[in-house]
Order: sequence, then C-alpha cells, then structure tokens
Amino acid sequence: MTALLEVEGLVKHFVAERSVFGRPTAHVKAVDGVSFTVEAGKTLALVGESGCGKSTVSRLVLRLIEPDAGRIRFEGRDLGTLNAEQLRAFRRDAQLIFQDPYASLNPRMTVSQILTEPLALHNLVPAARRRERVEELLRLVGLEPRFARRYPHEFSGGQRQRIAIARALAVEPKLIICDEPVSALDVSIRSQILNLLRDLQDRLKLAYIFVSHDLAVVKHIADRVAVMNLGTIVETADAQALFAAPRHPYSRALLSAIPVPKPRAKRSRIVLEGELPSALNPPSGCRFHTRCPYVIARCRSEVPQLLADGTGHATACHRTAELPPAENIVPADGGFSPSLEKLVAAFSGAAEGTGRAGVGHFGTAPQT
Amino acid sequence: MTAGPLIEIEGLRVSFHGDDGRITHAVDSVDLSVANGATLGLVGESGCGKSVTSLAIMGLLPKQSAAVSGAIRFDGFDLLDVPDATLRDLRGNRLAMIFQEPMTSLNPSFTIGDQITETILRHRGGSRRAARERTIELLRRVHIPSPEKRIDEFPHKLSGGMRQRVMIAMALACDPQLLIADEPTTALDVTLQAQILDLMRELKAASGAAIILITHDLGVVAEVCDEVAVMYAGEIVERAPVDELFANPQHPYTVGLLGSIPRLDRRTSHLATIEGMVPNMANPPAGCRFAARCPFVEAACTRSSPPLAMLSPTHASRCIRAPLERLVS
Repeated sequence: MTALLEVEGLVKHFVAERSVFGRPTAHVKAVDGVSFTVEAGKTLALVGESGCGKSTVSRLVLRLIEPDAGRIRFEGRDLGTLNAEQLRAFRRDAQLIFQDPYASLNPRMTVSQILTEPLALHNLVPAARRRERVEELLRLVGLEPRFARRYPHEFSGGQRQRIAIARALAVEPKLIICDEPVSALDVSIRSQILNLLRDLQDRLKLAYIFVSHDLAVVKHIADRVAVMNLGTIVETADAQALFAAPRHPYSRALLSAIPVPKPRAKRSRIVLEGELPSALNPPSGCRFHTRCPYVIARCRSEVPQLLADGTGHATACHRTAELPPAENIVPADGGFSPSLEKLVAAFSGAAEGTGRAGVGHFGTAPQT
Repeated sequence: MTAGPLIEIEGLRVSFHGDDGRITHAVDSVDLSVANGATLGLVGESGCGKSVTSLAIMGLLPKQSAAVSGAIRFDGFDLLDVPDATLRDLRGNRLAMIFQEPMTSLNPSFTIGDQITETILRHRGGSRRAARERTIELLRRVHIPSPEKRIDEFPHKLSGGMRQRVMIAMALACDPQLLIADEPTTALDVTLQAQILDLMRELKAASGAAIILITHDLGVVAEVCDEVAVMYAGEIVERAPVDELFANPQHPYTVGLLGSIPRLDRRTSHLATIEGMVPNMANPPAGCRFAARCPFVEAACTRSSPPLAMLSPTHASRCIRAPLERLVS
C-alpha cells in the first residue's frame, strides 16, 4: 500500500541576513533533510523544542511555502509539479488547524460565512444546499446549528477550536495538519478536543500530522512519532515503541522530562546542559552533540544517518548500539488507583450518555 | 494547619466593577495559608481566580475597579491594610513574584543587569558595584552561562528560557520569604520546564522560602508542591496534601481534571471531559457553582452553597456528596 503522504529529503533555509547589495549572508536552516511518510487514517506526531522546524515542515507539506529541495508526494503525485489549478485541488485534500483559535478565525465573519467560504471556493455544494451543509458540519463537531449566525467573539476558546475544525472538515480532506491544536486550551477543554479529533478520525478515516510539544498528548493521540531537533529528524518510531524505549539521547532527554501527575514519581531525568544551539549556525556533525551526555569525537565531525532497524524504528545516532538500556526513561505515573479509576469512569460515563464526547450530540452543547 | 504560617489569607473577596455597572466576583471567601519552606499549588482553569488571588497578595490590583476585602496576614502585617509605602518596602524584597510571560514582563529598554540592580539598590542600598556583583551572583545561581557578559544584554537578546531565569533571578534578588510564581513554566519547552522546576526546588531548599505556585498543569503540581488548593469559579473547592489529592480526590471537579489529562501509563481511547462551561461570575449560581457540570449532582446541591468541609485534619472539600467513594461502590 502506498502511503498517503511521502516526504523525502525536505530542505528549507530562510535568509536571515543580507549584505548591502541584497546578497544573502546568513541562513536559518529551519528544515534540513527531513523524510517521513503518513499512512491514510493514521496520525504522525512531530515533536521537538521550539525552533526545531516542526511548524515549517507542516507548512511545507501544504506548499504554503516552497521547499528549497526535496520531494513531497501526496497519493503518489509529486506536489512540486502541480500547477495552480491542481494545487488548489490538492488543498481540498489537505487542511490545517492552527494553535490559536482566537487568531485563526476572521472576527468579521459569522460562523456560517466562515464555513461556507471553503464550500464556495471549491464549488463543492450547490448554493442552495450550503446552509444545510453548514448545520451538518456544526453538528459533526458538537456545536448547535443555531450557532451559525454568531460571530467568533461570542464563543469560548474550545468552541472556536471546534469551528476551526469544522472549517477544515468542510472540504472533506484526507489529511489534516494540526499545529499545536490544544496548546492554547484549558485542560478540560483540551480533552474534549482530543476526543473529538479521535472520533472524527475513526468516522472519516482522516490522517493527521499532529505538531505538538506536549508529549503526554502525543502518546495519547499518535500512531507514529518523529522527534525533531534543529531541522532534522533524530528518531522516528511507532508511538508505543518510542515511549517504551526511546533510543536517541535527545528523545530520551525529552521523554524523561515529561511532568507526570503523580507526586514522587520514579524518574531518571536526563538534564540537558547548555542552551539550544542556533539554527543559524547549527553545530557540525550531529546537531545534538553540544548538549548530548554521550558525545564522542566522531559525533562532532560526522553527521549520523537516520537508520531503521527491522521494526520501523529509525534513529540518527552513532552510538545507538552502545547507549545504556532505555528502561525507566519515561517516568511512570502509575495510572489510577482502582477506586479513582471507578470514580473517573463514573464521571465520564455520565457525559458519554449524551453521545460520545462531543460528536453528534447537539442537544446538550455548551451554551455561551 | 502548621503552627504560625508565614502567610495567612482569610475570607479574601475580590470583585471588579465594570464600566457598564456589572460586578464580577472573581474571588469569593478564599482561605489559604502557607508555612515557611512549604510550596502551595494553586490549581484551576482560566478565569477561576487564581491569578487574581496572587495579585491581591501583592497589592497589584487596580484600586479604582477592584474591591478587595478580607485579610492577608504576612508576618504581622495585614497586606490589605498597610500604607502603600510599607507595601512598596515589602514587594520585591520580602514578597516577590514571577510572572507568566517573560517576554512582556521585562522592560525592553533596559539591560537585564539594570533591572535586577534597581531592585537591590531600592531595598538593600549599598554601592552600585556591590549590587552589580550580587546581580552576577544571582544570574549564576539561576544557571545563566557567562553571567559577567549577559548582565549587560537587553532582554531581546535572550531566549525564552533565559528570560524566565532572569525573572527568577530578579524575584530572588532580596531573598524573599514568599515567592509567588504565576505559571512560571507554561510558555516553555519540556526540557526547559524541567530545568526551571529543578531550579525552584533548589532555591527553596537553599533559602527556606515559601512558594505559591499557580498553574493549570497538574504534572507540575505533582512535581514541586507539598499542598494543593483547587480553585473553581472563584472558590477553593478542594485542599489537600499533594499525595492525598492525586490518590484520593474528593471533589468532582478535581476528579474531572485528573481524568481529562492523558496519562503515560493508562491507555484509553477517550479522556474524561467536563461538559458545559464555567458559570458567569457576574451572576454566580445559588448552590454549588460546579453543579451544572457535575455528573454526581443531586437536588440538594443547587439549594445552598456547600461549605468547605474538613474530611480529615488535612483534607477539605466543598462537596456535600463527599466522600465520593460511596458513589461508585
């Protein structure tokens, strides 16, 4: 089976400085040789610290910015060769949800206008049936159809994110790129949106590229994870495998630092010394070597390749085989005690009675 | 609680008078106390009143629009009742605060050195040179590399994590007895967050200061706090030692919060959700403020406002249905 999306050797350098004659003198190497695939109906998470290039990758995939090198294939077609019309057709298949639901909705448009625009642009639904489709979309994301006439400021953050999701769904995409979709939301709202994204995936067979720095959320939602550091992927694996035993020292440091909701959790935190190096002038050899606790001379001179083992777990580290075992890197939060498990089940059980967490339940949607 | 707490808040109420004549009750009869050397976590979602509580302690609420009543006792002073001059002497000196956004809380037109020495000179006096030396020392304590050079840099030259550390250095300039940290790690990456939390623990151990940590991240609370107070709609709904709160929560809101965060050791397709919305604080409901969203609600809940009742000597819950175990067994 060919993957829905195949990305190969993607490179994007931004010009950071120019000489007086306008010639570029310094580049930010935001993305430097990134390859990955996304299967239909699955979720790939891109994780890493701020500035590692994860948002740039998501924009490159949609061709919102043009790559300097590399190939992106969507359903086998090379996106680089598409003309304007074909590109527009492709945008129907791939949509984007942004982090900040306060900034990503036009305050001067009603919800109905926001949701109708993509339908009209792509000429999907005849004008007479658009109202009906808008109501259907609102129901799909757990909002009441009567909200269609309201403006974004009348909604809470979680409701706005639902509207943004409805807008993305309007064109019936196959791939949605979620750029930190829950980072700006409160915890209780965050779980509603995560449940919604998962339900929609099951129902509509959507593929997600999920960009996030919240690793517990990533473990919850992702099928595969790619860990990025300074514009390159250092490790990629199935989510379960990565969280069970991360291999790259950078992934280990990231996962070991997850704060877990359990007091006195057993953990062996790997503290990274030093500051994140600048992408303007990334370190030679392995880009992680300035902060790596296991650095040897070879790491400073030779760039490690991303090498896969038989199970689809790939690591870009010269010392993969020599590192200490990875057990107990990810802190154990111990789950819930039996009585708390029952209590939480009772808590969410009452909510489930009204429909599965947002999807399709429109009679009890929150009031503004 | 502990004999002779460092700070004791009693019946704190804050309401804001809007231009349109509406009154919003942001904080309602909050009682809290923190002992020397202890860390209290103040948890809740946006708009629950946790930041307003901290601003009230610091005396930073606007006098024209905020009505504050109750008592905040700190080392013999009632902070709500002292002259402004006294408050100015305490603030930055014995009471210090770390704000949420290191990007906006540093003055962009002064070097970080200027901003820290200003605090030292104001409260401690002494020579400019001594203050500068102390500043370098503070920057070193918060693990800023080559502090001798960094001291003369402007905030825009520093990364987010560095700026947050500068904020912490500034808060520590005069060895405060009480440190209020309002979401000190929210804007940071997980690796930096871990460093900042380690730093706060280190500093607490070294100086014995009390910390009030305001956050919505229960993972952070579990890591650094001794005691936790959960706030909802301006009230404290549950208060307990940290182990107790995470193992045996006794308010439905706390249960919902714990169930709604993805856990590393728990595989579940659906997270718990807290349906509905926070009540409008211009017109709070008569009974329990969580009743409209609570799956365990019964008729009595909406009749009168439940008191914060002690379930054990250390564990208090504002729920008439507690202990909650009996609801599921």
